Amino acid sequence: MSVRCIELEILRYDPEQDESPHFQVYAVPYHDDWVVLDAINYVKEELDATVSYRWSCHMAVCGSCGMVVDGEPVLACHTFLRDCSDRIRIEPLQNFPVERDLVVVMDDFMDKLGSVKPYVIPKEERDIEDGEYLQTPTELSSFKQYTACINCLLCYSACPQYALDTSFVGPAALALAHRYNLDTRDVGRSARADVVASNSGIWECSFVGACSEVCPKDVDPAAAIQQMKIASTADYFLDFLTPWKRT
Amino acid sequence: MTRRPYKAEFPAHSWWLRHPRYIRYMLREMSALFLGIYVFVLIAGLYCLSQGKPVYVQFLTAVEGPAGLTFAVVTMFFAVYHTYTWFKVTPKAMPLMLRGQRLPGAVIIAAHWLIFTLLSAAVWLLVSF
Amino acid sequence: MARSHKPVIWSLFAAGGTVAAFLAPVLVLITCLAVPLGLLPPEILSYERLLELLQNPLSRLVVFAVLVLIIWHAAHRLRITAHDLGIRNDSLVMIACYGIAAAGTLLAMLALFSPV
Repeated sequence: MSVRCIELEILRYDPEQDESPHFQVYAVPYHDDWVVLDAINYVKEELDATVSYRWSCHMAVCGSCGMVVDGEPVLACHTFLRDCSDRIRIEPLQNFPVERDLVVVMDDFMDKLGSVKPYVIPKEERDIEDGEYLQTPTELSSFKQYTACINCLLCYSACPQYALDTSFVGPAALALAHRYNLDTRDVGRSARADVVASNSGIWECSFVGACSEVCPKDVDPAAAIQQMKIASTADYFLDFLTPWKRT
Repeated sequence: MTRRPYKAEFPAHSWWLRHPRYIRYMLREMSALFLGIYVFVLIAGLYCLSQGKPVYVQFLTAVEGPAGLTFAVVTMFFAVYHTYTWFKVTPKAMPLMLRGQRLPGAVIIAAHWLIFTLLSAAVWLLVSF
Repeated sequence: MARSHKPVIWSLFAAGGTVAAFLAPVLVLITCLAVPLGLLPPEILSYERLLELLQNPLSRLVVFAVLVLIIWHAAHRLRITAHDLGIRNDSLVMIACYGIAAAGTLLAMLALFSPV
């Protein structure tokens, strides 16, 4: 019985040898239950050990294996071969510099993530003896979906505003800011506003919505950003009308 | 090992042709062009109205030809497309909670279309009587 | 980074977009399509009829608000579209878009509120 073969067209780039990236084609046996990551692992193990890529959990929770498959930003571990064509084009995430093959430089995102102060900024410092914060299930449900981000960067790959201007803080970082702004334990909306409500923050977004479409965890960063636009607009006019109560 | 990260070129003018979702986005944005021109035509019409009947009649003749009708049909498409896309994103921008549960987006959108229908009917009646 | 002043124009954009979403289709229908399609008599757009409808200063104010909000919505969206199409000179685009909107606003004011 012969095994059906499909082809993987993988982008290769060796910074020490190549001027620019090029594609290399590999024949991979088709398995009905394989995902794209399994096929790439086959290439690495059996055909070409020099192919470089990130992966870890193989179950769509770590966010490592983000790449562009047939033009769509996806998690390689979350994309079945049976849903792809017979010749699959695999490229690194868009809008990030390519380090090597399918590995991108994520530094810009890491900076952006830190800049939105992604931690609870409490009203007053508490000691361990004071006990835990109390939060109702309803209070949790108001921000829970925004906690689901796995930092896979598919949203940055899909976002045309980030492509046009990499100073844009971006969907994932802004969604995380919203997660903390909505958290009842947090009072840091004002502290985050210098970044979030800046021209490079929420106001760079034009609600294309591609980020939410490609998100594998249904975080819906587009919704987060629009909600922050409304909140920031309210803050802006309140600051203007009641400057003594600076938000 | 030397690092030499490669920055791919981004086609700033034509990126939106690469995927249907970006084409739909551009179509949505284009609705503003037709709405803007339409409103300008209305304002021009109101200005002609303020200048007396002969000027106003000239304006009416100018906009009622086949070109004007074609523009009106295209603008109608974009006006409805704007309404459709605007209502679709409203639940995302303003999520509503009812008794601890988030109201489904479809309910909010349906309510908007209901108000749209009632308002359109009201304007129609106001103008035609 | 400092807090942006975008909320000013964005409020106009959001208000105008909402007004356009609810009212633009019926307005296009009544002003441009109803008469050719035979749904309304041509007298509906006659000089006398329109003057009658706009007699009340309140109705003139409502018409002004609707038209001006939609024009500023369109101006801001087209500014964004210019950026999306790779036009880098945002200052020039701003002057063009908001300048035209301002001109339209002025024309609307003259049309609706100058002493007859």
